[in-house]
Amino acid sequence: MSLFNVFDISGSALSAQSVRLNTIASNLANAGVVGESAETAYRARYPVFSSVFDSALTTQQAAGVRVEGIVESEVPPRKEYSPSHPMADMEGYIYMSNVNSVEEMANMISASRSYQSSVEAMDTTKQLIMRTLSLGS
Amino acid sequence: MNVIDRLFGVSPQALSIRAHRFEVISANLANADTPGYKARDIEFGDALTWAQDERAQPLKSSIYHFDVGNSQYNLMYRLPHQSSLDGNTVETEQEHAAFMDNAIRYQASLNFLDGRIKSVLLALRGE
Repeated sequence: MSLFNVFDISGSALSAQSVRLNTIASNLANAGVVGESAETAYRARYPVFSSVFDSALTTQQAAGVRVEGIVESEVPPRKEYSPSHPMADMEGYIYMSNVNSVEEMANMISASRSYQSSVEAMDTTKQLIMRTLSLGS
Repeated sequence: MNVIDRLFGVSPQALSIRAHRFEVISANLANADTPGYKARDIEFGDALTWAQDERAQPLKSSIYHFDVGNSQYNLMYRLPHQSSLDGNTVETEQEHAAFMDNAIRYQASLNFLDGRIKSVLLALRGE
């Protein structure tokens, strides 16, 4: 019964979106982290999604989604002059993380909406399967 | 076509196509954030005509072969109203609408089938 494949597909979306929410939580938590150099400063992380046309996960042409990898943002960390800071380098600069909090919040709303729509799809499918099972009773 | 198939009419095939359409739409929803993903859908009318076509069914060369559902429908790409820069053509609202539409039509087919089963049971029991 192909209705059950909806659970596989939507389930893959749920796990992908929760990875996305995890990276957002990590980015927001590290938004205020200060580094000693441009290399060690925290950089925002983003997951990259790709669709899986895998016969093991789904039948036929419908595809689930998986996290292909996590990339770090290329934006240079913000340099701030603060000689009294304990993490300041020889020239008195500290390096703030390149996380943009507003961007992360928008990203979070998008992720939670996608998560919700997959949950709703699964919920509707469950109701329909239950109705199909109780046919004729 | 056996007796049971004739009894239930087109509803079982309609249900199986609807179930497959659920799969396709939920895949679209799952890939709403995947770069380069193209949203797809099933043309229900074509799929039903195809499913009813005897020539499209697998050949049975032995009495031990039984009917298998045939669900190799043609998937069409959706034309986006406004595609995003990363090449993704999923429009979540449209997919939600399609999902709901499919759910209602699935339930309609279920109701027809349910009514048919109930009337057969009534005839069998003779109450």
